Amino acid sequence: MLTGLDSNRVFIDGIGLTGPGLSNWAEGREIMAGLRPYLPQTTNLTAPAGLPAAERRRVGPLVKLALQAGMEAVEAAHAAAETLATVFASSSGDGDNCHALCEALAGDRLISPTRFTNSVHNAPSGYWGIVSRAVAPSTTLCAYDASFAAGLLEAVTQVKVERQGVLLVCYDAPYPSPLREARPVTQSMGLALVLSPQASANSLASIEVALCDEAADTLPWPELETLRRSIPAGRGLPLLRALATGSSASRVVLDYLNQRQLAVELRPCI
Amino acid sequence: MTSCLGRGLNATSAALQAGRSGLKQCDFETVDIDTWIGEVDGVDHVRLREDLLRHDCRNNRLAQLGLQQDGFEQAVRDAIDRHGADRVGVFMGTSTAGILQTELAYRERDPVTGALPPSFHYAETHNAYSVADFVCRYFDLRGPSVALSAACASSAKAFGNAARMVQAGVIDAAIVGGVDSLCLTTLYGFRSLELTASQACRPCDARRDGISIGEAVGLALVECGGPSGAMQLLGVGESSDAYHMSSPHPQGRSAQLAIEAALKAAGLTADQIDYVNLHGTGTPSNDAAESKAVYAVFGDRVPCSSTKASTGHTLGAAGAIEAVISLLAIRDGFKPAGLNVEQLDPAIQIDYLTQVRHAPVQHVLSNSFGFGGANASVVFGRGV
Repeated sequence: MLTGLDSNRVFIDGIGLTGPGLSNWAEGREIMAGLRPYLPQTTNLTAPAGLPAAERRRVGPLVKLALQAGMEAVEAAHAAAETLATVFASSSGDGDNCHALCEALAGDRLISPTRFTNSVHNAPSGYWGIVSRAVAPSTTLCAYDASFAAGLLEAVTQVKVERQGVLLVCYDAPYPSPLREARPVTQSMGLALVLSPQASANSLASIEVALCDEAADTLPWPELETLRRSIPAGRGLPLLRALATGSSASRVVLDYLNQRQLAVELRPCI
Repeated sequence: MTSCLGRGLNATSAALQAGRSGLKQCDFETVDIDTWIGEVDGVDHVRLREDLLRHDCRNNRLAQLGLQQDGFEQAVRDAIDRHGADRVGVFMGTSTAGILQTELAYRERDPVTGALPPSFHYAETHNAYSVADFVCRYFDLRGPSVALSAACASSAKAFGNAARMVQAGVIDAAIVGGVDSLCLTTLYGFRSLELTASQACRPCDARRDGISIGEAVGLALVECGGPSGAMQLLGVGESSDAYHMSSPHPQGRSAQLAIEAALKAAGLTADQIDYVNLHGTGTPSNDAAESKAVYAVFGDRVPCSSTKASTGHTLGAAGAIEAVISLLAIRDGFKPAGLNVEQLDPAIQIDYLTQVRHAPVQHVLSNSFGFGGANASVVFGRGV
């Protein structure tokens, strides 16, 4: 049931999307609204604007992915990045970096200090702070395949309790071999949402979330459904599909954990 | 909690009150670094529950040690009986989870294919979520669960995530904790940054030269309400440095924001805090920046110390074990000493305790800061 209490609802003010054949949300929205076909491509990443040159040299594809998706959502929301609290959600973190460290530790044990610094799961949060000058609280979490829904639940809870705007960024990238065989994430994808406690001219929809026992929604396009299943961040795509198509209230069920799912009641802002 | 100081609350409290340290010269695994560590004795002999053997790794062994101490397991089962398995959440802080397992697997790669050995279980050991998953399975929980991984602030921040979920009514109770275990990544990684101390770490000493890496588990069950006299989580304050990936802001700018936010959330003034448990890693930059932030809020009026010279820096578990130490200070009426100080850094102006002080303690503030500019301060007290 949708509640009538707007004070209990959370508003989506901006969306960011970076994925294979999904260059940005404008493109993703048309694909998921059925207005154009999905064409598989590798994920296109750009160097993050606003990062000082020294930091830009140090960041790998995962950080670029997270910053790119996050910035798109913030710009779409016309939000001031430095005012937003942040929730960064990722299953694996930086797989290339992890592999390089493990190889070095199995060999000469000469570790690059930059690689070690970048190995923390909250590296994207740290670089986001440097880019956005945001001193607001930041959470970095992991919930394996449920990382998107866990991030959404955390972000929605923060908006409600702290009555503050929150940027959620969920992102995952493949491991190189041999970790790839142990954890086959096939491609890179980042999803971002700017969430707000009040409706504004930028609000696209309002949502309410709750754990449920229904089966998770799938996507009707085989290639996108494969992305949903094979990239933890992709588990959020059914919510983006509802945002792309929804002109009326809808309910989306996302994969969560402990044999539960996360239901999102969505009401478009018209 | 369990750290190199001992197993359980009473062993920990006794060691802290006696001013003992659990640090020793590094002899972990095949590590060849001239530094000191805080290793938990007997982790290699812990056997996980039969149904959880896929989760077997040093980190989850430490987690199980913690779950089985001081009546914690029974307290959780009672909470599940009261609230239901879907109303008890799990919030575990960790920085490296079971990565030691991966480090070992990389030494056993197939010489032809390069494949990792079949005994390697990624999801149950390597992934940051593995320790939260272990706790969920241990209790058959069906509610919200998450691993928080913001480097050395991970498990202090976990208190904030848990408190918000309880406040929002998503859950009624939360298992909040931190687990981090010794591994080559952190030992060689901190050495690459020249941040491993050459002897046992000396927070706030004029000649401090780095950290002593430790391992630990700290756990708390957080619920609304509770009997009179119960220990209380009064407030959490968080902030981001937005400055540098591995160096704190030199003036402790955002650390101060976190401290002030925690006091505000707790509804307390600085003068109502009886003791500050510092992050106090023993690196030149952390202790200088943190002491400036602490001085800006508390002046030199509130006794402070870092317990990392006793326990080592347990990274993602530090916030959780220092929460437990803060609660022990309240329970047993003492303010722990910051050990290994030969000469206090004259640039550090706070009231840094080098001797244990026995006195009633009502409110404690505990700081945790991490790489990536992650800051959290947590205030604990006792209800009347």
